[in-house]
Amino acid sequence: MTAVVSQYDRLIKRDKVHGSLYTDPAIFAEELRKIWYRSWVFVGHESEVAQPGDYARKRLGLQDVIMTRDRDGQLHLLLNRCAHRGNQVCSEAKGNASAFRCPYHGWTYRNDGELVGFPFFKGYGQRKLDLALGRVPRVDSYRGFVFGSFASDGPTLLEHLGGAAGEIERLVRLSPEGRVELTAGWLQHRTEANWKLLAENETDGYHPQFVHGSIFGVTGSPIGALYSDNSTAVTRDLGNGHSENDLRPEFRKFAEPMRWFGTTESRVPGYVAAMRAKHGADAERILIEGGPHVMVFPNLFIAEIQVFNIQPVAVDQCVQYSTAVQLAGAAELNRRMVSQCVGSVGPAGMLLADDTEMYERNQAGLESLTPEWLDVRRGLNREAVDENGYTVGGATDETGMRGFWRQYKSLMEAP
Amino acid sequence: MTAAAHTQIPVPDGFDRHAVEQFLYREARLADEGDYDAWEALWTDDALYWVPIDGAGDDPQQQMSVIYDNRNRIATRLKQLRTGKRYAQAPPSNLRRLLSNIEFLGGSANPDGDVDLEVGANFLGIESRPRGIRLWGGRTTYRLRRHDGELRLAYKKVVLVDNDKPLPTLGFLI
Repeated sequence: MTAVVSQYDRLIKRDKVHGSLYTDPAIFAEELRKIWYRSWVFVGHESEVAQPGDYARKRLGLQDVIMTRDRDGQLHLLLNRCAHRGNQVCSEAKGNASAFRCPYHGWTYRNDGELVGFPFFKGYGQRKLDLALGRVPRVDSYRGFVFGSFASDGPTLLEHLGGAAGEIERLVRLSPEGRVELTAGWLQHRTEANWKLLAENETDGYHPQFVHGSIFGVTGSPIGALYSDNSTAVTRDLGNGHSENDLRPEFRKFAEPMRWFGTTESRVPGYVAAMRAKHGADAERILIEGGPHVMVFPNLFIAEIQVFNIQPVAVDQCVQYSTAVQLAGAAELNRRMVSQCVGSVGPAGMLLADDTEMYERNQAGLESLTPEWLDVRRGLNREAVDENGYTVGGATDETGMRGFWRQYKSLMEAP
Repeated sequence: MTAAAHTQIPVPDGFDRHAVEQFLYREARLADEGDYDAWEALWTDDALYWVPIDGAGDDPQQQMSVIYDNRNRIATRLKQLRTGKRYAQAPPSNLRRLLSNIEFLGGSANPDGDVDLEVGANFLGIESRPRGIRLWGGRTTYRLRRHDGELRLAYKKVVLVDNDKPLPTLGFLI
């Protein structure tokens, strides 16, 4: 009658996690099966394939996936592997095509994955074969954000998003037309670190003053104060592994429209007017509170004006894809968003290059044999439950990380 | 913004090939050695330092770039480096780059009503960091301006050969 203690029970405690979670190739292989090839994973955005026939190559875990929009407007996530000999059928990063023709023997697939032809059919004794491109079985999108799940059944995307859906909603609401586009292209930042170090860091409010002190100092940025020891911002565990740094309490203190974007309403009058026309009485609050800072398990991070897609490559390597949010109907903001985003993120970004340096040194540090554990107790002494039932910690607390690990453990313990 | 648009103007007179090459080599050395003050002094006030993605790059105001710095942002980038706490470059990379295939491509009208010289060059650089050794290579387009009898850098666009793929952190001056 002894209770079964799972491997993950031993490795993941409430206040600490074991270093092998970041370095053990066997655990990485299990994550691919139980998280990346099962759970809902962010893949891309509908605006990247806006027209029928549009396609864009994407990663989903280690999979090379073609995100397509067929002639009926339906989205598909196709695996880039010919059903004949396994050759890749698509070699371009993006484009518009009604079909993909394998260069090896000329097998041709419609952009919904159906095999529509193969040369010299007499060798098969028939004109039709019961073959197709592999497909990610479940594809769904929320407010344009496209997710895929390799599990044919399981929680719906909305069930998975849970409390994070409202944060995506909060981003979309910043558009006077209620629509976000991710059309500025993606920076691709190769990172020699385990993907979980990134996921944990995205809502870690403890590091900014240290890692980003160099840029905050020279630009006089007010961002540092949002994550100071006496900030009124909170870290919220949104459930299902999602978490946010809710900066609204700080912005409400100042109650200045557009402060969240580092500007004032007089510099973007057209945008502010369009938002007031659209949102009426709610406009003031929206313009003061700004965008979300939310990590959607396991790989979508929305940081106010930029979006990150994290994809694993190996136990000690991943890629961060990043792009600027573009708000439909907000031409005044969009170029500024590209400009700010280019300055901040990607391989030479004045913020993210330093985060990435930390990830890589963190990965290297984890090769040391002792101490075996990473500590995630910060803020356990002062957590509370908010009116919606979410656990909330201080601005610099590790509440989000603990939520991440709870979800991770539950997925990894599943058969 | 494309190089082709500027090659409509012929190579302006009065740029000495030897002096231009010496200037480009010096710029490369200052970047390699992290001599930020001397490197910054090379730039004009209307400077543009651009590292596009996905080939030669689309409209940099609407598309992401690895770097798209005007003079002001070059100054910010260098100030951050000088803090010694720009961790992506602290400790600094050990660097050496080669320039080759230097070509005078044409001219580019500048705000002074004069014509800048547009020069192209291939480069290959080696970066050593704790992460390992990395080769960087590509094509650079420069625009050089005469200013009080000296050459200045008005524009530098670096098209990495692998800018359509995931790149590691680029903390140094490319």
